[in-house]
Amino acid sequence: MSTDDVTPGGGIVEDEFTDPGIPTHHRPRRADVDPKAAKRAELQVAALFGVSVLGTVIAIWAYLTADVGGDNIAGVRNTTMFLGVGLFLAMIGIGTGAIHWAKTLMRDHDIVEERHHLRSSEEARAGAVDNLKQGARDSGIGIGRRGLLKGSLVTALAIAPLSVLVPAVGNLGGDWNVSKLRNTMWRRGMRLAKDPGGGLIKAADVTIGSVFQVIPDGLNELEEGKLEEKAKAVVLLIRMNPEDLKVQPGREDWSFDGIVAYSKICTHVGCPVALYEQQTHHLLCPCHQSTFDVADGAKVVFGPANRPLPQLPIAVDDEGYIIAKDDFNEPIGPSYWERLK
Amino acid sequence: MSDVKAAPPVTGAKHAAGGTANYLDERTSIGAFTKFIARKVFPDHWSFMLGEIALYSFVVLLLSGVILTAFFVPSIEPVVYDGSLATMQGIEMSKAFESTLRMSFEVPGGLLMRQIHHWAALIFAASILTHMARIFFTGAFRKPRELNWLVGFTLMILSLAAGFTGYSLPDDVLSGNGLRIIDGVIRSMPILGSYISYGLFGGEFPGEDLIPRLFTAHVLLVPALILGLIALHLFLVFLQKHTQYPGGGRTDKNVVGFPLFPVYTAKAGGFFFVVFGVIALLGATLQINPVWNYGPYDPSIISAGTQPDWYMLFIDGALRIMPGNLEYVIGGYTLSLNILIPGVVVPGLFFGALALYPWIEAWATGDRGERHILDRPRNAPVRTALGVAAITFYVVLVLEGSNDIVANLFRLSINDLTIMFRIAVFVLPVLAFILTKRIAMGLQRKDRELVLHGHETGRIVRFDDGEYIEVHEPLNDQERWVRVSYTALKPREPAPELNVHGVRRKGYRWDRFKAALSRFYFEDRVEPVTPAELEEAQDHRAPVAESEAPRPEVEKSTTS
Amino acid sequence: MRALALKRHRRTAPFVLILVLLVGLTMAAYATQSRPAEGAISTANAIGEGQKLFAANCASCHGIGAQGQTGVAPSLVGVGAAAVDFQVGTGRMPLQASGPQAIVKDVQFNATQIAQLAAYVASLGPGPAVPDAEAVDPALGDPARGMELFRANCAMCHGSVGGGGALTQGKYAPSLWGTTPTHIYEAMLVGPQSMPVFNDANITPEDKRDIIAYLDEQRGAAAGGLKLGTIGPVAEGLWAWLLGMGIIVGFTVWIGVRSS
Repeated sequence: MSTDDVTPGGGIVEDEFTDPGIPTHHRPRRADVDPKAAKRAELQVAALFGVSVLGTVIAIWAYLTADVGGDNIAGVRNTTMFLGVGLFLAMIGIGTGAIHWAKTLMRDHDIVEERHHLRSSEEARAGAVDNLKQGARDSGIGIGRRGLLKGSLVTALAIAPLSVLVPAVGNLGGDWNVSKLRNTMWRRGMRLAKDPGGGLIKAADVTIGSVFQVIPDGLNELEEGKLEEKAKAVVLLIRMNPEDLKVQPGREDWSFDGIVAYSKICTHVGCPVALYEQQTHHLLCPCHQSTFDVADGAKVVFGPANRPLPQLPIAVDDEGYIIAKDDFNEPIGPSYWERLK
Repeated sequence: MSDVKAAPPVTGAKHAAGGTANYLDERTSIGAFTKFIARKVFPDHWSFMLGEIALYSFVVLLLSGVILTAFFVPSIEPVVYDGSLATMQGIEMSKAFESTLRMSFEVPGGLLMRQIHHWAALIFAASILTHMARIFFTGAFRKPRELNWLVGFTLMILSLAAGFTGYSLPDDVLSGNGLRIIDGVIRSMPILGSYISYGLFGGEFPGEDLIPRLFTAHVLLVPALILGLIALHLFLVFLQKHTQYPGGGRTDKNVVGFPLFPVYTAKAGGFFFVVFGVIALLGATLQINPVWNYGPYDPSIISAGTQPDWYMLFIDGALRIMPGNLEYVIGGYTLSLNILIPGVVVPGLFFGALALYPWIEAWATGDRGERHILDRPRNAPVRTALGVAAITFYVVLVLEGSNDIVANLFRLSINDLTIMFRIAVFVLPVLAFILTKRIAMGLQRKDRELVLHGHETGRIVRFDDGEYIEVHEPLNDQERWVRVSYTALKPREPAPELNVHGVRRKGYRWDRFKAALSRFYFEDRVEPVTPAELEEAQDHRAPVAESEAPRPEVEKSTTS
Repeated sequence: MRALALKRHRRTAPFVLILVLLVGLTMAAYATQSRPAEGAISTANAIGEGQKLFAANCASCHGIGAQGQTGVAPSLVGVGAAAVDFQVGTGRMPLQASGPQAIVKDVQFNATQIAQLAAYVASLGPGPAVPDAEAVDPALGDPARGMELFRANCAMCHGSVGGGGALTQGKYAPSLWGTTPTHIYEAMLVGPQSMPVFNDANITPEDKRDIIAYLDEQRGAAAGGLKLGTIGPVAEGLWAWLLGMGIIVGFTVWIGVRSS
């Protein structure tokens, strides 16, 4: 039990060191040897419990004098703070008091508990097997017997959950009509409106460098599915110097004098893309930083998106208002499996 | 206490306590249980309390959560706000958002409870990861605790589920955009994506069903699962008894420490109040999730700094770090690997490897025995290095998930940061692995050095022949035992390829894989000092070992 | 000043000096803020003075007639007085060094000089004027409407309550907490640098005042305690680890250490 075995002259040298055992010499704490220190520790613990009582009083006082409501931000702030600090003191007093007590005054000698193998004894295991065998015999389903019984039971158990799961899962998805992902409420001739407010937009209102947050006129009057439609239909209307705009082949009449309209929903995972830098014509998504070049067909110039933002073809009607010529050229938002089908 | 006649005839409180105990025991045999539990031994170490932080912050979550449910209305039915907040007057919002504002601004102490609840959630997730790291680095997941590691792992996943479902409940812009990102990730899944999205939201995003569904998951389903698994987790800890760090007298057959009653009742019980107190202090002084700043959810709105709570940040970082050109159209069907890889595959592999780690390491060690003595992290260099590499990978993704905040704070470019992190996410974990392994083995060698040559004392002596040497003081038994009582495992050799019949045997490939894995783990190793080595070292400097003898002339002492 | 200091007791002198300095600074700040309300400067004179200032300080980049130089600086014809008041009044112009974007620094001109420069640039072509005090008075705005407008049009770059945020390639949307209502109004009107233009057809003058009222509401104390920069969950997570886990793990160490 000591290094005697390995010191020179000790004789045999073993292959491994031996465990010196639990340390026997124990440095006593101050409170173990000095009654004054023990008394002092006792007072400290009591004082900490006293702090807790004080904290409870503060918390209750803060609640009773709370002045919240009526646009009183300072009142909410004070109540939160004083009530919280009271709660903090009430808790930390008990906690530190109890721990200080344990550390200074409770006996601090290690004790040892034996472990036992978790593995059951051989008799117990044999007994378990015997019991199961006996049970199997009693039920008549020993190995190779009553196959029909076992098979039908397993089948019934396996499919019985479907009686609950099929209706439960079936109801989860509403009408399951995933083709709704393809289209938005934009129609030919529908006017573009400002969000919020719903004011209509004339081409002359959109000066160079402007960006308008746009919804379809009539969206706010929808009785049902307003948010679902808005989630798909939102548009950014941007005007730049017509010289800067690279018109995409096949989309020559989709813009109007430097005014273009693109879906606001990112083709990555669907955040609203909205950070428009008017000098570079770059549009940045704040969620994952996909960057689109509005001057060049809203193609991706940086980040995790792969496809350009879908474009909304626009024109100007007789009264000078900007209108949509059609729905977006493709499904808006993130990619999904059957998007192109 | 089961024998009524034996009850001592005492008066007052003692009598009442005895009576109650007797009453209970005759109906539940709680006496035997108390005998078993009261003096159950727990080893003492600060790192053994990390799991308790998780447990206690969960209790704080339950307490504050119950208060919040008294005021929260899980409905997206629209209402027009006419409460006390000037910036929301006349705004249309859901009842969920409105009730969140009402409990914050019109219920005294309501905001405190919300803030305590949210801080407790962040601490809950943080303490679970910290606890998990402790288990990992000390090898506490080895037999017989593999199953409990899996229980703990599931609890970690459930903590993410609990956090995310709760975060989304107030129906504000920030969490709404978080849900929309989840929707986008789900839709990227092949074949079933759109249908899973419909199933979750009850139709098209955002739908009307999600908030009530999340509410039920958040207040019933997930907490019930967590409670059940916590019970199982703790039951297994009691059954298998706690692990302990190496030290004199501590073996795989015993557990050395303090009894549950009274020392741990006071320490662990007191620690609950400490955790509660600290979380209360955070809730009292630091504003968290001010939903009135973000406003009610509107699918057109986004604000700078749109991020999830920290525990989901690594997935957001993975989404950000991915270049976009990995989307393919195959036979007309779209496969968005640019979303699928960071949103599903990376977290899946990361968590999968984490869940299976105890078995992966067991393939390498081939160890079949029960291990109750913890490893010092340096004595398992490859495991420690793997852990640090995984943490490095995770932290790079978290930083990428915060790249706009980092860029804005230090006036850097988000584009440069992203490109840098794209490199770092591959390079840094490898560097971290190499570095950690070297440091761990360096520490092992330092341990050897210390065992062989003892502590430096700063005392210089001169021999008769003029040689100067510093006196080294040998380690005492306890110090030495901590440093030598480990086994440096050697790589496993696969059994021969051909069996007795000269035919290639079944399972040889698998064995060869395990042998390769084992080489990766144990090829480089530092053996502990053997008694023979120590004796040789002491012989070598015999004069020094007996430096107290008068032979060498003590020239001077220094205290350097 | 020296005579003044000598007359007083030696110990009070520094305080008096600081007081004088503070009063001076306050008056200067007040003078800057109330500048748009002035207007007593004779216009023709102001344009002439402004032209001289322009020639000395701005023409090297923007050209003698403010017609701009390709690749160096934009034309200022038609940008209006508001643009000058914003760019020069926040210290962004004159540009000190090229970078991703012009940064806010010490204002180089006094209020009169800025008004003269603005008057000169405004005389070059029609453009937005500097708003009057009533147009930017937060007390007259509706903060709730401002909240709706702000989060639809501004929050994506400036953050939900105007704390600022990152743009591409090192550019950024600045924090709005220290910006005066007049400068906020002018920025919307003219769209400086990366910022898009929000003309009066897009965001009406009343709307702009509502936005100013909303931002003004953010300057007071927060209901929940310290704001942590109001940059959202990243800051909250950082503090949860540093402060929350830091303190609690500190306690575990204390619990684990043997008492002396």
